[in-house]
Amino acid sequence: MKSLGSIRRDFAPWNDPNAKPYIQFDNVTKKFGDFTAVNNLSLTIFEREFFALLGASGCGKSTLLRMLAGFEEPTSGRILLDGQDLRGIPPYRRPVNMMFQSYALFPHMTVENNIAFGLKQEGMPKPDIEKRVAEMLKLVKLEQFAKRKPHQLSGGQRQRVALARSVAKRPKVLLLDEPLGALDKKLREETQFELMDLQQELGLTFVVVTHDQEEAMTMADRIAIMDKGEVMQVATPAEIYEAPASRFVAHFVGNVNMFEGKVAERSANTTRITGPSGAQIVVENGGAATANADIVFAIRPEKIRVSSKKPADAVNALEGEVYDIAYLGDMTVYHVRLDDGQIVRASALNAARVTEDPLTWNDRAWVSFRPDAGVVLAR
Amino acid sequence: MNTTWSRFNVTSIVLGFAFLYLPIVLLVVFSFNESKLVTVWGGFSTKWYVSLFHNQGLMDATWVTARVGVISATVATVLGTLAALTLTRYTRFRGRVLFSGMVFAPLVMPEVITGLSLLLLFVAVGLDRGFFTVTLAHITLTMCFVAVVVQSRLVSFDRSLEEAAMDLGATPAKTFFQITLPVILPAIVSGWMLAFTLSLDDLVIASFTSGPGATTLPMKIYSQVRLGVTPEINAACTILIAVVAVGVIIASIANKRREVQRQLDERAAQRG
Repeated sequence: MKSLGSIRRDFAPWNDPNAKPYIQFDNVTKKFGDFTAVNNLSLTIFEREFFALLGASGCGKSTLLRMLAGFEEPTSGRILLDGQDLRGIPPYRRPVNMMFQSYALFPHMTVENNIAFGLKQEGMPKPDIEKRVAEMLKLVKLEQFAKRKPHQLSGGQRQRVALARSVAKRPKVLLLDEPLGALDKKLREETQFELMDLQQELGLTFVVVTHDQEEAMTMADRIAIMDKGEVMQVATPAEIYEAPASRFVAHFVGNVNMFEGKVAERSANTTRITGPSGAQIVVENGGAATANADIVFAIRPEKIRVSSKKPADAVNALEGEVYDIAYLGDMTVYHVRLDDGQIVRASALNAARVTEDPLTWNDRAWVSFRPDAGVVLAR
Repeated sequence: MNTTWSRFNVTSIVLGFAFLYLPIVLLVVFSFNESKLVTVWGGFSTKWYVSLFHNQGLMDATWVTARVGVISATVATVLGTLAALTLTRYTRFRGRVLFSGMVFAPLVMPEVITGLSLLLLFVAVGLDRGFFTVTLAHITLTMCFVAVVVQSRLVSFDRSLEEAAMDLGATPAKTFFQITLPVILPAIVSGWMLAFTLSLDDLVIASFTSGPGATTLPMKIYSQVRLGVTPEINAACTILIAVVAVGVIIASIANKRREVQRQLDERAAQRG
C-alpha cells in the first residue's frame, strides 16, 4: 500500500475527527508595536504529541512558545490548554514547563538544587523532593554531578540538567526552545534520540521550536512550518517532504527542482504539463490544478534518475548535458543542464561500489522520473 | 615578550610610583617620628599611636564616621539598587531619560553645590544639623554610584534566569529574592563598599551638613591640621591607609582565587 504516514503508525490523533485537541491556538495575533510577530494563527496540538515549530529566525515560532509559557500575552485570540483558556494566567501558575535555549541554569545553585527548585516552589515535602531529584539525575545520567555548579559542567551536561529541571515537575506540556542548538553535531544527533525516548517514557506532550529541519524531521510527529508569523503547513515529516503544500514549504525543507509550466490536459488520474520550451511532463498527482492553469512541478533530487541513454520504460525523460558532479561518498549529486537551459539537480545513491553507466562532465545525459515522483503546486 | 629593562622604562616607573606614593610614604614614615615637629626626624617611636588612642576627640570622630558610613552606605545601596533595576527593566516609561539623568547627575555635580543645596534644604525644613543630616547627605551623594555599579551588572544579566524561575512556579517576589538578588549580589556588595569609602573620605558635604556632636574623621583631621599638623594625625592617617589597603588586598585576592578556580573548573568540565 502506498502511504505518507507517520512513523509511529498507531499514533495519528490529528486524523481522528473525534480526538480532542490538547493545546489550541485560536486566531492568535501578537504584535510588538508595529511589528506583527504572529498573525491570526490557529493550530491544534494533541496529547502526547511531539510537535515541532520549524521556521527561520524571526518567523514567530519562539513568540508562539513564549505565549504558551505565559511570558507574552496574545494581542488577540486565545490559547486553550486542555480546554482551559490561558489568558491572564501568569507563567508560575501554568502547568507547562520550558527548557530554555540558553538553558538558564541558576549559576549560584548546584545541579541538584537547580532540579529541586521547581519542586520546592510547589511545597513538596523534603523527602519526596530528594527522591524525585535522584530519579531525575538518573534519568539524564548525571548522578555523580549532583553537587557541581553549572559552570563546572560541559555543554552537553548543562543541556541535560536543563532538561531534568524542566521535566522534574511532571508538567503536562514541555516546551523546548532550540533544545539542541548549543551542542555540536555529533552530540546533537545522539541527544535527538534521547529526547524522543524521554518523551515516550514520560508520556508528555512536547512542543519544540527549532530552525534545524533535520532535527524537526527526526524527532517530531508533526511539524508546523512557519513564515512571517503564519503557519504554512502542518503535517507529518513525510507529508511535509513528499507532499509540500506550497513552493515555500518545498523550498524550505530539503532540496527541490521546480519546473514551471501550464496544465495542457487534465484527467482523473493524470495531468499533462507543458513547459515553456514545449517539453512534456506527465504526472499522476495533479492536485487541484485545472486545465490551462499556470503551475509549478516540484520534484526532489533523489527521485530523478540520470543515465547516458534514454530509459526505454521512462514516461518522463528530458535530455541535457552534465554540468557538475559532486561525489559525496554515500551518494553522488549531478547537476544536469537541460536543453532549454534549466539546471536539474539529481542525486543517486551509490548502492554499488562500481557503476555501469559512468557519467562525467559535459556528457550528454537523460534525466527521467516516474509520474508519481513529484507534486504539482500553484504558482 | 620583551623582558629587558631599558633605562627609559625603569625611569618612568620610578617617577610614576614616586609621584603616586611618595607623599603617602612620607606620611607613614613621619607617623613613627619621635619628634613633635612634623618635618624633622627625631628617631623612631610609636608614641603617637598610643596618644592617638587617648585622644577622645579623634576617637569620637572615628566612631561617628563609621556609623555614618555604614548607615548611609546601606540605605544608598538599597535605593541605588532599586533605581538600577527600574532603569534597566522598564525601558519605556514616560520620563525615563529625565529620571536616569537625575539619578546620575550627582556623579558630576560639584560637591560644594551638593553640600550647599542640602544645607539650604535642611535649614528651610528646620532640621537640626547633626548626625542625621550628614547621613542623609551621604545617602544622596553615594546612591548614584551604587546605581551605576549595579546597573552595569544588570545589563549583562540573563533575563531568562528569571523567566525560568517563574516558569518553575516561583512568584515574581520569590524570583527576585532567590534568583536575581543572589546573582547580582557581588555588584551590590561592591556598590556598598564604594558608597562606604566615599562616605568615609567626604569632607566637603559633611562640613556643610554636619552640626555639633557629629564631627566626622575627615572634618576632625582637617580642623586639627589648620591648627598645625601633629604626628598624631599622621598616625591616624596611617591606620586609615592600612585599613583600606588590607581591605583592597583581601578583596582582590578573593576575586583572583575565584577567577582561577572558575577557569580550572571550566577546563575540567570541557575535558568531561
